[in-house]
Amino acid sequence: MVWKKHDYDDIPGSYVFDGRRAHSSYALNKLFYSFNEESCRKEFEDDPAAYCDKFGLTESQKKLVVNQDFLGVLRAGTNIYYMAKFCIPRGVSVQDAGAAFQGISGDEFRENLLKKGEGLVERLEKEGGYWNG
Amino acid sequence: MAKIIGGVTTSHIPAVGNAISDGLTQDPYWKRFFDGYGPVHDWLAEKKPDLIIVVYNDHGLNFFLDKVPTFAIGCADKYDNADEGWGLKPTAPFDGDAEFSWHVAESLINQEFDMCTCQEMLVDHGFVNPMRVLFGDHEIWPVKAIPLAVNTVQHPLPSAQRCYKLGQALKTAIESYPQDMNVVIAGTGGLSHQLQGERAGIINVDYDLACIESIINDPDWFANQSTQEIIEQAGTEGIETIMWLVMRGALGEKVNCLHKHYHAPISNTGAGVLLLENADL
Repeated sequence: MVWKKHDYDDIPGSYVFDGRRAHSSYALNKLFYSFNEESCRKEFEDDPAAYCDKFGLTESQKKLVVNQDFLGVLRAGTNIYYMAKFCIPRGVSVQDAGAAFQGISGDEFRENLLKKGEGLVERLEKEGGYWNG
Repeated sequence: MAKIIGGVTTSHIPAVGNAISDGLTQDPYWKRFFDGYGPVHDWLAEKKPDLIIVVYNDHGLNFFLDKVPTFAIGCADKYDNADEGWGLKPTAPFDGDAEFSWHVAESLINQEFDMCTCQEMLVDHGFVNPMRVLFGDHEIWPVKAIPLAVNTVQHPLPSAQRCYKLGQALKTAIESYPQDMNVVIAGTGGLSHQLQGERAGIINVDYDLACIESIINDPDWFANQSTQEIIEQAGTEGIETIMWLVMRGALGEKVNCLHKHYHAPISNTGAGVLLLENADL
């Protein structure tokens, strides 16, 4: 059995959520999907390890979830949208999770984003046709 | 006969909904982004469309990864919003139009787009935030709405070209509906952004503006790009921009651009607003 190689595998710093990742992280994503229901969130809170067992997580996956190792959970192939259901209620935004990949703080991450907008209005004026207030 | 009177594009990110809920639309961070919808609001108020088809991707509310339809269309009379896992207050439900949906689904399938038909469909922020940002919050929404979901989450995804062709088929489907009805198509998501990996946080203004120009004047340029090429330029989540091509395909060959707005960043993304009308109307 072999996972087919894709051109997108070579894009640096990017993890495309394809069959290979979806397969290996299925139980993790399913656990996080259950958090759409408030009663499931409560059940998890009451006994995280037991809840992980219920979803058939491996021991290493369970450790990541119980320890709230958000970066580890992402590296284990969890889809970012399912990750959001785990991290947002715990005060960790999707931006904070992204920042963790670079070893910087959420604030630094947001600063870097703001820099992307510098000079934008002038740029759009030059392009022409854009609404500018 | 039903008629497509125009197409719009908009971001659908959760932060947009949060900003509306928290009353932050005139906050310095958000003001330029939200003010850029003004001309679209004016147009919608003037045209009063009967129905809007919102092309979006589900983020794990209605569809789990056990079953991921490439293209799905709501075929119900009503669509509910629900909590996505962090305590969001659901909006009022959206009225659909089952007869119209089933006609569109049948026409699309006859045109070899094998849609997943959904008689129950929870709509998440990908659908709800475009509705809120285009129409404001309502207990009774002023327009019927139909969700059309595209898988942009779990690869393999439909290609950009396939999305463009779906839009063209959607045009045929809508224009063959016997009842008089004015329809707007919203292409949502994008533009460039990447939420995870060491490359998280990319915003590619050059590429975003090129996509905007392509959607208006030369859709083939964007439609001919591969998933890998788009991800390379726009980021893993920026691939959502292919949904703009569904909207664009549903318009005619030539369009008039009535409004063009770009802002970056909003949260992690470059955000584009377009209002397009068929040139031959």
